Amino acid sequence: MEYFLQQLINGLTLGSIYGLIAIGYTMVYGIIGMINFAHGDIFMVGSFIALATFLALVALGLSALPLILFITLVVSMLFTSAWGWTVERLAYRPLRGSFRLAPLITAIGMSIVLQNFVQITQGARVKPLPPQIQGGVTLIEGVTENGTIAVQLSYMQMIIIFTTLALMIGFSLLISKTSLGRSQRACEQDQKMAALLGVNVDRTISLTFVMGAALAAVAGFMFLLLYGVIDFYIGFLAGVKAFTAAVLGGIGSLPGAMLGGLLIGLIEVFWSGYFSVEYKDVAAFSILVIVLIFMPSGLLGKPEVEKV
Amino acid sequence: MTTAPKTGLMAESVKDAAIAATLVAVLGFFFFALRTDIGTGGLDLTYRWGLWFIAIAIVFAGRLLLNLFVFKTSRPVTSHLNISVPAGLMGPIGKVLGPLLLVIALTLPFIVMVVYPDRDRQFIDLAILIMTYVMLGWGLNIVVGLAGLLDLGYVAFYAVGAYSFALLAQYFSIGFWTALPLAGLLAATWGIILGYPVLRLRGDYLAIVTLAFGEIIRVVLLNWYEFTGGPDGISGIPKPSFFGLDFSRTGGFAEFFNLDYDSIHRFIYLYYIILILALITNFVTLRLRKLPVGRAWEALREDEIACRSLGINTTNTKLTAFSIGAMFAGFAGSFFATRQGFISPESFTFLESAIILSIVVLGGLGSQVGVVIASVVMIGGIELLRNLGFLKDIFGPDFEPTQYRMLIFGLAMVLIMVWKPRGIISSRNPSAVYKERKKIGSDMVAQGEGH
Repeated sequence: MEYFLQQLINGLTLGSIYGLIAIGYTMVYGIIGMINFAHGDIFMVGSFIALATFLALVALGLSALPLILFITLVVSMLFTSAWGWTVERLAYRPLRGSFRLAPLITAIGMSIVLQNFVQITQGARVKPLPPQIQGGVTLIEGVTENGTIAVQLSYMQMIIIFTTLALMIGFSLLISKTSLGRSQRACEQDQKMAALLGVNVDRTISLTFVMGAALAAVAGFMFLLLYGVIDFYIGFLAGVKAFTAAVLGGIGSLPGAMLGGLLIGLIEVFWSGYFSVEYKDVAAFSILVIVLIFMPSGLLGKPEVEKV
Repeated sequence: MTTAPKTGLMAESVKDAAIAATLVAVLGFFFFALRTDIGTGGLDLTYRWGLWFIAIAIVFAGRLLLNLFVFKTSRPVTSHLNISVPAGLMGPIGKVLGPLLLVIALTLPFIVMVVYPDRDRQFIDLAILIMTYVMLGWGLNIVVGLAGLLDLGYVAFYAVGAYSFALLAQYFSIGFWTALPLAGLLAATWGIILGYPVLRLRGDYLAIVTLAFGEIIRVVLLNWYEFTGGPDGISGIPKPSFFGLDFSRTGGFAEFFNLDYDSIHRFIYLYYIILILALITNFVTLRLRKLPVGRAWEALREDEIACRSLGINTTNTKLTAFSIGAMFAGFAGSFFATRQGFISPESFTFLESAIILSIVVLGGLGSQVGVVIASVVMIGGIELLRNLGFLKDIFGPDFEPTQYRMLIFGLAMVLIMVWKPRGIISSRNPSAVYKERKKIGSDMVAQGEGH
């Protein structure tokens, strides 16, 4: 039971990170109907920016950890947004209105470019960062035949789960209450009509990429703090898992992306906890396949209407 | 813009270039100016302001020149490069191109041996590699180009083919020619097994599930250590024989035909094997397009609902496309295994699927010649980038040109796609004609929409 609770907490933490990345996929898919393959690499870029900012702030002599963490978060969100904006501007906007596969290919190309750019400029070796936030609270202590087992909720996990929650709430408000959110929803439904009614479609799409990238930067920063190791290749697997999460939750739906992320995180953690670590990816993908066979539009997605 | 006076053009170009340079300054700050490295006691931060300024300056200058001479001017310099082929000549060129490429392909090893006698092995090896991708491209073209099913996990079947042969050779010592049909059959079976449950998914859902299958197969190959050797892979895969004759120093091919032994013989032989396999793929595809099943594929690509209304069994039609595509990947896979003599899961990553898909899309979906051109450009291009050693003389010995290979490859993918979104060969020959044969513009067909 204690083991189960501990895995549940770990799974939720990991799932929060996937969920944050998945939102980027699902928003872009909702608005222009393309798989932004480079999004996983934007997440990777975000974690590299966070790492460099963190080290630079420490080198500048700042010592208050919460302040450093906060500045790092803001800086990495800002700079990663610039990356997201640029990728959209260079690789996707020229292909707006082209056939479906063209932006998919440029997205894959952009993903290769980002990975190799980071590999060349920052080196191929992994970057370890010692754990910055230590300690935690013990929730339950139980006794098993092997000794005592404690359910730990570390401060790190608390920060991740609460940041994700706060961002989710803020984000839902942004989509449902502000004019930006309104124009986003309008573009999602009908770009031509939205443009006729005075919505700047290009700008709205750019802002969608910017927001997705900012959330990916948060995820990248938290990944860095949680695991303490990053390299130029982390974007691929995280990206695929997050996209899986977005599809699982029903692509185009924000709560679906978060739910899918949590589910993928939980599946992965429980599978490695109870079965085998090697096959955790297989487990996550198999669940995806099974869900899609029985619910072809995901858990919370709207079924596609076929028009003749 | 065309009427803007000269000074306006200059000011505008400078402003635009300044914006681009600022963007690079922002984007590159954490990548050019700062660098993290593992040092004593944790990560060290090094500053490289020089590199950062050089990058900004290069982008500023490049963007300024592009603005002045291409983007904003009324007479772009690129217009001089645009050699237009007269309309009357286009038809004959199109007709001649295919047979011409075929003749070149058939005589290639001998051309290479005459022109580059000292580097012939390297070039024939490159030709084998390109031909493998041509075959994979043609195989995937059936799935994506004809049937319109977006498959992001094509490499899975390539892996199945390669591992089928390698394992059959390892456990039952079966030779290449016996294993080849078996590998194709196994890959096709896997195509059916994987395809059956998921083919009612549409578009991007299908794409992500095929990607997932590709990853699942790779992870299983990586972790099933007792059977597949895991990350160590399988080595010592036998080479193909020529009607029972090996390409060994004694008692083999060379002795039988009274030739002097030369290791180049085996390369030429491998080249012809893959050429014939690829041509079979092409031939089968072209014939299938004329059969009811091929017509059904193309109809399915255009409109699935109409197909169903006309009584076409869409599931079976998709499954045939999926499994035939998988079969050719299986053939190519077992050829890959025999050529390399060693395989490991590392050769079957998602990047491989992405490269094959990009060859198909860059070439122009559904176009057979386009796949050939795209393979030569992309794969030949990647390999050419390996030979950039002379740049070391310019940038100093620390400069490692090969690491820019994949960066340039990715950039080329983006640029070609932005330049020609429909691929290099974008017009289509209709597979069914009413009165006269007309070319169809690619914007008229719904290729790769992934219904």
